[in-house]
Amino acid sequence: MAMREIMYRDALREAIDEEMARNSDVFIIGEGIAERGGSYKVTEGLLAKYGSKRVRDTPIAEAGMIGVGVGAAIAGARPIVEILYVDFAMLGMDMIVNQAAKFRLMTGGNGRVPFVMRTQGGAGGGVAAQHSQSLEALFYHIPGLRVVMPSTPSDAKGLLKYALRQEDPVMFLEHKHLYMTKGLVPDGEHIIEFGKADIKRPGKDVTLIAWSNMIPTTLAAAEELATQGIDAEVVDPRTLVPLDKKTILESVSKTKRAVIVQEANRRGGVASDICSIIQEELFYDLDAPVTIVAGLDVPIPFNLTLEKASVPQKQHVVAAARRVLHVDPIELAAE
Amino acid sequence: MTTPARSANAPSKALLEKIFRTAYKIRVFETEGIKLYRQGLIRGYFHPYLGQEGIATGVCAALREGDYIASTHRGHGHCIAWGADVKRMVAELLQKETGYCKGYGGSMHIADISVGNLGANGIVGAGTPLGVGAALACQIRGSDAITVTFTSDGGSNNGTFLESLNLAAIWNLNFILVIENNQYAVSTRIEESTRETDLYKRGLAIGVPSFQVDGNDPIAVHDLTREAVELCRAGKGPVLIEARTFRHMGHHVNDPGKYMPEDELASYKERDPVDRARNALLEMGGAKVQEIAAIEAEIVAEFESAVEFSKASAEVTPDAFREFAVGY
Ligand SMILES: Cc1ncc(C[n+]2csc(CCOP(=O)(O)OP(=O)(O)O)c2C)c(N)n1
Ligand SMILES: [Mg+2]
Repeated sequence: MAMREIMYRDALREAIDEEMARNSDVFIIGEGIAERGGSYKVTEGLLAKYGSKRVRDTPIAEAGMIGVGVGAAIAGARPIVEILYVDFAMLGMDMIVNQAAKFRLMTGGNGRVPFVMRTQGGAGGGVAAQHSQSLEALFYHIPGLRVVMPSTPSDAKGLLKYALRQEDPVMFLEHKHLYMTKGLVPDGEHIIEFGKADIKRPGKDVTLIAWSNMIPTTLAAAEELATQGIDAEVVDPRTLVPLDKKTILESVSKTKRAVIVQEANRRGGVASDICSIIQEELFYDLDAPVTIVAGLDVPIPFNLTLEKASVPQKQHVVAAARRVLHVDPIELAAE
Repeated sequence: MTTPARSANAPSKALLEKIFRTAYKIRVFETEGIKLYRQGLIRGYFHPYLGQEGIATGVCAALREGDYIASTHRGHGHCIAWGADVKRMVAELLQKETGYCKGYGGSMHIADISVGNLGANGIVGAGTPLGVGAALACQIRGSDAITVTFTSDGGSNNGTFLESLNLAAIWNLNFILVIENNQYAVSTRIEESTRETDLYKRGLAIGVPSFQVDGNDPIAVHDLTREAVELCRAGKGPVLIEARTFRHMGHHVNDPGKYMPEDELASYKERDPVDRARNALLEMGGAKVQEIAAIEAEIVAEFESAVEFSKASAEVTPDAFREFAVGY
């Protein structure tokens, strides 16, 4: 298939553009997304193409705009609500958790909420504690939501297009560091179903599971491990809900070792849940304890050195892989 | 803008009959429903709409097919006024598979999106953004349908009240927000919740045409809602309506409501909305007493058969539930 190399943000724009062209029920609202084209230029050009009915700027009213998006979805439209930072989505948690996530069940399956909230998270660039969080675990915990975290332009496009065709509320969590990254995207119609993990690098010695901006970090770690004679497999679930347990378990059954890498702080994180799934299913096949590399349990500081110290870096992933391969001893936590 | 002129045309008998039927149907649903609750047949929360029937009745009579409504935790009246099937409502309260939500929702979550009922809501104030969302969806689709959200004095103190009414205003949506000001949030008086108790004034502050009406007068509520609909269709929406009313009892079936002053309660009961709907049908509509008696008997019989139907209905089984839950 013919491919083009484009940026993550362009891939997102293509997805929105194609779905808006295909379905007049798709519309997008958010702060500064119309004339200005959004803080990350994802929505550039959409206002000119689709007009001010379907591409709207909003006041700074996150609870209101998320709620309005959910209401529009319940009424059968296909809203995309862009929230500048996932941190700001916290203002709309009632609408996400108590309304969007529950409507289908509360109506006995009659209601549908094809609502897509696009937002971005992650640390980097010194934007400090209220603009740096990775909050996927909050959404992951709530039954009824879909949680999508694309790491590449191709995944971003394919998953967003799928999000705009399915029937459940989607937390589409982009990463501020990925918008300008480039990757190959197939020409023509390109859709990726939810719940299908992608092997970003095949390998046989250890399984490294990561998503979003931890994929570049983990792939870099895998390259370094390769120079040390260690062949790591990198599995990207791409959607945390639904989670492709099958692909994860198949990989770990093969390598018998797993490291889960998440940018979010460790406590109550998605990595812990994936860890529990692996040990429950594969305990007797494992050659080492499943290991988690995660952010520190602390708000992200402004100081760039400390910010970097708060989230996993390549060397942490390399070290964890070496430990589960018993190249280096497993250190017990000090506490 | 507190007292819009009452429409010059006297209401037709058909309209008056519709209003009385609806108000009475709600009254029967709630009084009989409370009995079922006391018998242990209904569990969970039950917030009666008794005393407030005039509002849902008057508002919904001014709407038409294709419009949308969103409701509150005190939502039975809105559902009935919107034309819901009493059988499926009772079945829902009795946790049966034949209920609107197959027993998955209950009193606070009855919804029927197939006819534009966005549902009751267990979160005070939440229906306001949802209703604005439906109104936005209608505008994007080029439909001139109206969305009404019923909210409460309590709901008007939630932040999304301002956020979403303001969104409706900047986008000129066909949205009508009806505050049912029954002057209490559970036991807390309106005067303890806000310095300005004329809640319609909140709309004026953000450029929304806003009115106050006697919520116990279903005809006045109907007339005002029709004007609001016309304002919306003339591109002047949204509209805010504050309907003043009073509960006939405590907050829910298990709240004796001792904190409600007896004389005040008595004064509202004297202005009972169902009596007023009945009198309007008798006096303005020229209906005969026997006609009224026949309507009442029919509504009571409908409720009784709804109870029979519901009792005879099955519940969703845990196995079916587990199947339903796959993919969550
Ligand atoms: C967000 C939220 N806070 C609190 C409650 C608990 N609660 C249920 S009804 C109610 C009082 C509501 O009063 P009001 O909004 O005026 O409506 P009314 O009961 O008078 O119809 C409260 C506090 C709730 N359901 N939702
Ligand atoms: Mg109240």
